[in-house]
Amino acid sequence: MINSNAKLNTKLFDADVEQVPIRKGFGEGLLAVGEADQNIVGLCADLTESTQMIFFKEKFPERFIEIGVAEQNLAGVASGMAAMGKIPFVSSYAMFSPGRNWEQIRTTICYNNQPVKIVGSHAGVSVGPDGGTHQAIEDIAIMRVIPRMVVISPCDSIEAKKATIAAAKNNTPVYIRLAREKTPVITTIDTPFEIGKAQVFFESEKPRVTIIATGALVYKALTAAKKLDGEGVGSIVINLATIKPLDEKTILDAVLKTGKVVTVEEHQVAGGLGSAIAELLAQRHPAHQEFVGVKDQFGQTGTMEELWEHFNMGEQGIIDAVKKVIARM
Amino acid sequence: MDTLTEDKIKALELKANDIRESIIDMLLEAKSGHTAGPLGMADIFATLYFHALRHDPKHPDWKDRDRVVLSNGHICPVLYAAMAHAGYFPVEELKTLRKFGSRLQGHPHREWLPSLETSSGPLASGLAQAVGMALAENIDAGRTSQKYIYCLMSDGEQESGAIWEAGMLAGKNRLHNLIGIIDRNNIQIDGFTEDVMPLEPFVDKWRAWNWHVIEIDGHNVRDISDAIHQAKAVFEKPSMIIAHTIPGKGVKEFERKYEWHGKPPNKEEAKMALDELRTLGGKIMSEHQ
Repeated sequence: MINSNAKLNTKLFDADVEQVPIRKGFGEGLLAVGEADQNIVGLCADLTESTQMIFFKEKFPERFIEIGVAEQNLAGVASGMAAMGKIPFVSSYAMFSPGRNWEQIRTTICYNNQPVKIVGSHAGVSVGPDGGTHQAIEDIAIMRVIPRMVVISPCDSIEAKKATIAAAKNNTPVYIRLAREKTPVITTIDTPFEIGKAQVFFESEKPRVTIIATGALVYKALTAAKKLDGEGVGSIVINLATIKPLDEKTILDAVLKTGKVVTVEEHQVAGGLGSAIAELLAQRHPAHQEFVGVKDQFGQTGTMEELWEHFNMGEQGIIDAVKKVIARM
Repeated sequence: MDTLTEDKIKALELKANDIRESIIDMLLEAKSGHTAGPLGMADIFATLYFHALRHDPKHPDWKDRDRVVLSNGHICPVLYAAMAHAGYFPVEELKTLRKFGSRLQGHPHREWLPSLETSSGPLASGLAQAVGMALAENIDAGRTSQKYIYCLMSDGEQESGAIWEAGMLAGKNRLHNLIGIIDRNNIQIDGFTEDVMPLEPFVDKWRAWNWHVIEIDGHNVRDISDAIHQAKAVFEKPSMIIAHTIPGKGVKEFERKYEWHGKPPNKEEAKMALDELRTLGGKIMSEHQ
């Protein structure tokens, strides 16, 4: 059953559910925080339109810095601007930032403790036809390992807008992960959002497994849970937008009820959301866990749906993982 | 900047000598660290901290201060020594360099020592941060800002693409209040820069990125001061001061030898170095003799 407290889109399971790219919410959010706070600056590495920073650039040209194809510089310049009191948002494809400029992010932003917001768009295999070179499926791992970095992976465009607004007010380095393709709008403006808080989106009467998902695949987790519920397999679905810091209470409360866990992410299973959950559970409440995600492979060309299916990350892949974890003794 | 009188020049040269003595003291105590670079940059740091900079050591967070970004963090003994002698923290604290719990971390960390502008160590990241500071200042104060951002770099790190990226952006944005100073001492860990990766024609590279370039003798206090004056007078471009220096300057035994890039002096070498520095190379009697 959909958790009514989450105030989700009432047309969630309709065939004509509204579909919007997650990255669009960032574009809208940045414009909103730019209007509210003069200290917001935007920096982009030659991808202003596709990362949706263009709306901020057009409204506030004096606060927009075009960096060019220079991602190391993107991070370092943002750190310097933050040192002078600015709140910089830097955007590129996740493959290039944080993919290419990890050391600059670690040293000039996190070690320096400058509140730079790194926005990695086109993450996951869902960027599709561009192929494996452009499919960032390692970014959560390399960001969450750096001390101080907050890692947020919104499930839809509305949540991405809220995450952008919250990140602007959060005086720490933040990584926001976005996706390119249109995906269903899951939440509404009334859905609660807070950095560091996970939300239960779905809970069956007798849940036997906790499905913890992030990003666009939260939708697949919900449709899988609905189908499983119809087959008599109850579950709890948690939307884990903030991967770091983890909302330990919400996760442990659910796992105490269900015992078993399936994690779902458009990312390598090594080092990502699933690993973060396993690290928590190993210490606090050891549980059987199945990992839905990419298993030590690179991506390839295809449509979003084809690739999700290929990597067993779609609805059927999640259903299979749930059945597998329930069968484990 | 005050007028540079002959007396002031002498005073700055003596400050540079004090800084060099402190560098030797620190490195002997720390038993690790870099010797050649810090000694070679002592004249520039003395000129900055005791003449050129607009700063207030008692109020390090003064909003209108000039900013100093040390990109090649490994030469931090010269930065720490200059800051201590200028009054940012007690000179005695210099002997805690690289020790557990010290504010003087092996490479600078601004959280341990908040009067630092940036943390540094991994090479070639300083210029981007300095460019960011200058861009932010331009947004706030416009292109007539009198707040200067200084970025001190080594020549070895000029091999990195990160420097090229930042150099191009600064030229594009005509950051008049950005002043780079490169320690052109021709050495890096693996040998002479022109053997490891030739930088020449070096001046041409910076000119090509639309910087105003000034070449100086990095041990001549008047040259250093004049170059900073000139950099401030150039309105349409950022300025790069390429300071030709002698690594290990001030201690004959250490000068020009890349072997001294990354090691500290032992007890005997330190004594020899301090004797030389305290007598200004034999020109005066040391009070310790």
